[in-house]
Amino acid sequence: MSSSTMVGASSSWSRAMLQISPYTFSAVGIAIAIGVSVLGAAWGIFITGSSLIGAAIKAPRITSKNLISVIFCEAVAIYGVIVAIILQTKLENVPPSQIYEPESLRAGYAIFASGIIVGFANLVCGLCVGIIGSSCALSDAQNSSLFVKILVIEIFGSALGLFGVIVGIIMSAQATWPSKGG
Amino acid sequence: MYGFEALTFNVHAGYLEAIVRGHRSALLTAADYNNLCQCETLDDIKMHLSATEYASYLQNEPSPLHTTTIVEKCTLKLVDEYKHMLCQATEPLSTFLEYITYGHMIDNVVLIVTGTLHERDVQELLEKCHPLGMFDSIATLAVAQNMRELYRLVLVDTPLAPYFSECITSEDLDDMNIEIMRNTLYKAYLEDFYRFCQKLGGATAEIMSDLLAFEADRRAVNITINSIGTELTRDDRRKLYSSFGLLYPYGHEELAVCEDIDQVRGVMEKYPPYQSIFAKLSYGESQMLDKAFYEEEVKRLCLAFEQQFHYGVFFAYMRLREQEIRNLMWISECVAQNQKSRVHDSVVFIF
Repeated sequence: MSSSTMVGASSSWSRAMLQISPYTFSAVGIAIAIGVSVLGAAWGIFITGSSLIGAAIKAPRITSKNLISVIFCEAVAIYGVIVAIILQTKLENVPPSQIYEPESLRAGYAIFASGIIVGFANLVCGLCVGIIGSSCALSDAQNSSLFVKILVIEIFGSALGLFGVIVGIIMSAQATWPSKGG
Repeated sequence: MYGFEALTFNVHAGYLEAIVRGHRSALLTAADYNNLCQCETLDDIKMHLSATEYASYLQNEPSPLHTTTIVEKCTLKLVDEYKHMLCQATEPLSTFLEYITYGHMIDNVVLIVTGTLHERDVQELLEKCHPLGMFDSIATLAVAQNMRELYRLVLVDTPLAPYFSECITSEDLDDMNIEIMRNTLYKAYLEDFYRFCQKLGGATAEIMSDLLAFEADRRAVNITINSIGTELTRDDRRKLYSSFGLLYPYGHEELAVCEDIDQVRGVMEKYPPYQSIFAKLSYGESQMLDKAFYEEEVKRLCLAFEQQFHYGVFFAYMRLREQEIRNLMWISECVAQNQKSRVHDSVVFIF
């Protein structure tokens, strides 16, 4: 196979890596993009939600404003869905003789990397926004002037997910599979 | 792991933490206490308290109020809140909440045993017991003649059983022995609670260690001061001190040999956190010591709320409410006995 000329007489692990089909890498990348993003969003929502419900018993006025924390966490899951849909449109059919071409491998790795970037960035973003949202609900229940200030912190936190999405989309833009002629 | 509690704390205890913080916002403030201190009669106090969270508990009381009624209803509110939290809690929070009440259980046991010794009626004693420390077989305590029977008949089924290993003797119960029993039980309880919090780890361990160490040190000082001039030997005194806290072990060695209050002051001033407490008192005075300790305790308890995602807030809230009830009792007694000039002697403002 042409790929074995690239590595020469190296260890069998790297050879094994190169034998994995780029379709596998792409599929795993897409799964991580959506799966881990939703994990982050769900984690954040439960952290915020439990504090919000408890605090709203004594201070019912906080419920409508503090739903914004839950919306920020939800946005993280939406980023994951969008990127997963974009990534799956990048998957193309490649003739079997060309599956292990370097260009093909590159496309597979690009989709995988994009998926990991988006997934894990959204995981920590969801956690961050969730924890801040919990503190925000508790502080707002005690002193309503604190809400807007803590919201600013949450906005910075949710920007982390956006960074992940931007880099992920740039990565996936270069996922070009070899064209059928070659 | 310390620092990452935020990730999983809310699964089991997020709701209850938010509830306890809501309760904390309902504690009486300095403005409320100022209003209460201006009251002329107990009915004025009831009227002022109706504007706070105590309204539903006091509104049905008939007009010639007693101070004991006010205190009883306020305690009832605390007990209701505690039971609500306890029934919602899962392990290990439920064990933690139960640990908070063992101190009251010990006080109730000692109250009944002392009362029986002085030939009081059991029903009357049961009414005076603190509701948080009640357990099922508490009335049977009146039957026991010495500590061994006490343990075998009643206490072996209660959560206090493991604390009795150090004080089972066959001596008859008298006032001195009962006080020693109380302090020995409390020492075992504090050490057990401390070990439990250390096992929980994380922010809970750190914050609770500080609060429990202060409690242990305060009890050591109180035991020392109360046993000056009594027949308690130095070794017995040393056995009553807990084995943790800022004063352990060197401070305890020095406290055990103290014979008067100035020597105690000399020992405590070597420790910076307690030096500030003793600096507020002039030489030879010990009446204000209790209030100084309460003020320091309230300061530390309020600090426990600064951090999120730990169990210390539950302990701190219970203690702060007990302080509030003490304040209300003092104010009511001063108003009822027409001694309003002394009202500020013992009221500790929380915020």
